[in-house]
Amino acid sequence: MTDTGTEAAPRGTQDGPAALTPADAADAARLVAFGLQPKLVPARDADYAELLRRHRDDPGFARLTDAVAAGLGLIVLEVSARAGMAVTAAEDSVFAVRMGDYARRAATDATDRFLHGLAHLAVAALAFPRPEDLADDGYIGRVSVNGVDAFVRQTCRRLEERAEEQGENTDPATDAPGLEAAWRVYARRSATGATKDARRLAGSTTGIVGKAVAFLVDSGFLQRTGDESGGTFRTTARYQLQVRDMAGGAALTELLELGVVPVSDGTGTLLPPAGDPEAELADGAGLPFHS
Amino acid sequence: MSSAVPVPRPGPFRPAPGPAADEGLARRLRALACTAPLHDLDARKVNLAGEYGTYAMAEVALAAIDLVTLQMDFDTGADHEDVVSRLLPRVAAQAPGRPAAEHERVARWVLENLINVGSVDRGFRAVYGTFGPDGGYVRRDYDFKLVEEVPGPGGRVYLRTTDEAVNVLVGALDTDVTSAQIAAEVKLEVLVSRGRLADAQLAAEQARYRTVQYAETLRRTLEATRRDVRAVDWLHTVPDLIDEALDHVADRYRHENAILTNIRRARDETGEDKHPDHKLRAAELVDIVKDCIRRHTQLQSRLLEAGPLFRAEQDRQAFAPPAARVGLDLYGQLLAPLLPEPLERAARVTDAFFAAGSGLRTPAAVRLSDLTDLLLTPPAPREHLGAEMPEPDLVATPDDSRFSEEQFAAAHELLRLPPDAPRRLSGLLADARRRDPELPYLVALLAVHAASPPVGTAYRQGERQLLFAVDDGTELSDEGFGGADLIVGTALLDAASMAAARSEAAS
Repeated sequence: MTDTGTEAAPRGTQDGPAALTPADAADAARLVAFGLQPKLVPARDADYAELLRRHRDDPGFARLTDAVAAGLGLIVLEVSARAGMAVTAAEDSVFAVRMGDYARRAATDATDRFLHGLAHLAVAALAFPRPEDLADDGYIGRVSVNGVDAFVRQTCRRLEERAEEQGENTDPATDAPGLEAAWRVYARRSATGATKDARRLAGSTTGIVGKAVAFLVDSGFLQRTGDESGGTFRTTARYQLQVRDMAGGAALTELLELGVVPVSDGTGTLLPPAGDPEAELADGAGLPFHS
Repeated sequence: MSSAVPVPRPGPFRPAPGPAADEGLARRLRALACTAPLHDLDARKVNLAGEYGTYAMAEVALAAIDLVTLQMDFDTGADHEDVVSRLLPRVAAQAPGRPAAEHERVARWVLENLINVGSVDRGFRAVYGTFGPDGGYVRRDYDFKLVEEVPGPGGRVYLRTTDEAVNVLVGALDTDVTSAQIAAEVKLEVLVSRGRLADAQLAAEQARYRTVQYAETLRRTLEATRRDVRAVDWLHTVPDLIDEALDHVADRYRHENAILTNIRRARDETGEDKHPDHKLRAAELVDIVKDCIRRHTQLQSRLLEAGPLFRAEQDRQAFAPPAARVGLDLYGQLLAPLLPEPLERAARVTDAFFAAGSGLRTPAAVRLSDLTDLLLTPPAPREHLGAEMPEPDLVATPDDSRFSEEQFAAAHELLRLPPDAPRRLSGLLADARRRDPELPYLVALLAVHAASPPVGTAYRQGERQLLFAVDDGTELSDEGFGGADLIVGTALLDAASMAAARSEAAS
C-alpha cells in the first residue's frame, strides 16, 4: 500500500523532505482527505488507522502531512487514534463555513445571525459545563435540544429579574435595535411554534438550536443518541478539540476586545450558592434550586 | 327525596341542595358542639372563687380525656382518683407557685365539669337546626356526654370516655390543620361523597399537577447532577426533596387507591337514568386518579434511582483525577457575560465562536464535463430486485401425513355440529366408520383435542364458534376405542362482546 522504505532514510534522521517520495506525498494527502471526512472513525477504517499510525511513528511523514494540510488552508488540531486526523478550516479557507451559507436569513438579519451563533455557543456551554470537562480528554458531554433552550432561557430570565430589580427599562430605543440587550432577543423569540407539517418551526429558538445540533452532527462533532427532549446527543473528541482550541479562545478574545473581562479562578461557575441562598452566583442555569 | 326546598337562600348558586348537604352540616355541628364544654371551661374559670386565670383548662381537659381513654379497656374504665392524681403534674406545671391543694382542686373541677356533675343527666346539650325533607326548618337538640361514669366490678364507679369524646377530641382534633394536602384530600372525599363530582374532578386534576411538578423538579435535579454534582445541594436540599417526595408518593398512593375505590363505587352505583353526567364525570375522575397512580409509581422508581445516580456521578466527577490543564469556563466566561451586552456587541462574540467552532465543510466542486455527462445520461433503471437468485435445488419430501386432505374434510364435516345439538363421541365414531375405516381415528383425535379447547386463541382471533368436548362420566363402548364417551358440541362465541371486552382491557 505504501512505499515506505525504498528511498526513505532511517526514521528520525534529519534528512528533510528530499527523502520522501511522491508516494509519501500521496499518502499524506490521503490522510488529510480522511480528516476532511469528519464522521469517519479511524477504528472502522484500516487504511485510516494505518496512516495515523505512520503519522505517529514517522516524524518526516508527520511534517509532510501537516504541510499538506496547511497548504490547503487547514489547521491540524490533533492526530490521534481517538480523534483521527482532526483538522479544521483556517480563517478564509475554502473549507470555512460562512454564516450566510449556514442560514440564509442570518446573512441579512442581525438578530437571526446572533441567535444562530448563540445556539452554537450554548450547545458547547451545556456540553462542557465545567472547565475540567473541557480540559479532560475522556469527558463525553450530553446535550438535548430542549435542554439547551431551557438553559439559555433560564439565564435570560435571571437577567430579566435583575434588570427589574434595578428598575431598568430594557425596552430598546426604536431607531437603535442593535442596542437591545442580547438576552432580550433570545427571551423574545418564541421557544417553539406550530407548523403545517409536524416539523420544528425554523425561526423558533428550539428550531435554531435544532439546526445547530444537526449541523454539528454533520460536522462529526455530535452523535445522536435518542429522540427524547427534542433529540439528545453526545459529544465527540473532535468537538472538544474544536471548542477548546479554536472557538473558545476566539470568542474570548473578541469578548476581551469589547472590554468585558470575565474573571475566573479555574473552577466552574455552575455552583450552588454558598451561604446566601439568594446570591447571584450560579445564575440558575437550568437548575431547580436557584429559580 | 329530591323535592324542592321552598325556603329561598341568598345568592344565585345554592350548593348541593337537599338533605344530603344538611346531613353533613348537622354532623359537623354536632362535632363542633363536642368541643364546646372545653371552651366553656376556660370561659367559666373566672367564676371560680380565687385566681385561676393562669390555668389552661382546655389543656387539662384534653389531657384528662386522653388519660381516661388510654386506661379504658373492655370492662372497666379509669379510676376517678387515679385520673386526678395523674393530672396533677400538668396542673402543677402550669402554676408552680400555687399550693398543692389548689392544683388538686383545679384537676377535680375540670374532671367534674367533663362529667358535668351539676346537671341532672350528667351530660351536655347543643341546639342546631336543619332543613327537613319537606323544606321546613327544624331545631334539634343534641345530647351528648364526654366522660361518663360506669359501674365496675365490686360496685365501684369507673370513668369512660364516650364515643363522641373519642371521635372528636381524641381522633378528629388530632390532625395537622395547616396541611394543604390533607385539606385537599378531605375536600375531595367530601365532594365525592356528596356527589359534587365536577369539583372533585378539578381537585383531582390539581393533585395531578402537583405530582407532575414533583417529577419535573426531580428530573431537572438529576439532569443537573449528571452535568455537575456540585451544582445541586446533595447535603440537604435533595435528600429533603427525595424524602418529601417519597412521603408524598406513599401518602398519595394509599389515599388515591381509597378514592379510586370510592369513585368506582360512585360510578357504578349512580343511576343511569338519574344522573348520566355524574356517571360520566365519575368515569373521567377514575381515569384521572388512575393516571395519578401511574405517575406516582413512575416518580417512586425515579426517586429510588436518584441516590445511586448521585453516587455514580460523584465518583465520576469528584474523585476523577483533576485534569492537568484548566479549560475555559464556557458558561461563566463566555455565555453569562455575553448576554447582558447589547446585540451588536454580543453578535461579534457569537460570530467569532461560530466561525471558529463550526468546523469545516468540503465545498462541492463541479467539473463542466462531469455536469454535462450527468445531465445527458439517461436515468439508469433501478435494480429493485438485486442480483439474480440461483435456482434452488428442491428435493420433494415424501408426504408422510397420517390422514389425507379428504379425510380431514370428512372429519370436519362430521364435526360441524349445530350449536343446539351436541352429540356423543360414540355416535360420531360409528358415523365415521361407515364412511372410511381410517376416519374414526381422526375423529377421536379431534374430539380429544376439543376437550381442552383453545379458548384464549379463539377469543383473541375473534372466532365465532368453537368445538368443545365434555366428559360427563359415561363410559365409551366402541370396538376400537376406550375411555370416556365425550359429548362433542359447538359453542357459539359472542364476538361483539369479546371485542368490547378486549378494548376495555386494553384501555
